[in-house]
Amino acid sequence: MQFARVLGTVVATVKSEALEGRKLLVIQPLDGELNHKGRPMVAIDSVGAGKGEVVFWCRGREASFPFLPSEVPSDCTIVGIVDSVFLDSRFTTSQSG
Amino acid sequence: MILARVVGNVVATQKDPRYEGGRIMVVRPINPDGSDAGDELLALDAVDSGVGDMVVVVREGWSASTTSTGSPGAAIDSAIIGVVDTVEEFS
Repeated sequence: MQFARVLGTVVATVKSEALEGRKLLVIQPLDGELNHKGRPMVAIDSVGAGKGEVVFWCRGREASFPFLPSEVPSDCTIVGIVDSVFLDSRFTTSQSG
Repeated sequence: MILARVVGNVVATQKDPRYEGGRIMVVRPINPDGSDAGDELLALDAVDSGVGDMVVVVREGWSASTTSTGSPGAAIDSAIIGVVDTVEEFS
């Protein structure tokens, strides 16, 4: 799993039936210090994440599992909203920006 | 699997139910000599590791789910599956 910040939403009217009712978000992957790392990606939300929040996401086949028994096509799913990160015994507040 | 150093942990109230009771650790990939080898990732702890430990991290979902939660099929792509005592390179 990896950190990311939620940048925005994706609206798609024409889409796979399996994506019906799912929330698509644009996320910016972050490194451990919560600095931008790599390019923004599209993720499906499974935990009710919102704009600007720091989250963590799961990659690969496992990204579909939060939606079982529905077979949702995803290789990037938000599986948690970060409250706080403790790094090298430092405290990193995450949701303040 | 990769070698990594445990550098922190994450607190998250709102998360996938399969993460309940697990410890979400921040790990930094390292080379066998201990030098940094890439960006941090999050892994569920299956072996009671702690900050500062050198560990083995599996980056495959079936194995990660099974070792850290006891059953497969969770949205977990990485888990800490061993605390390293020593690494020796053949000379």
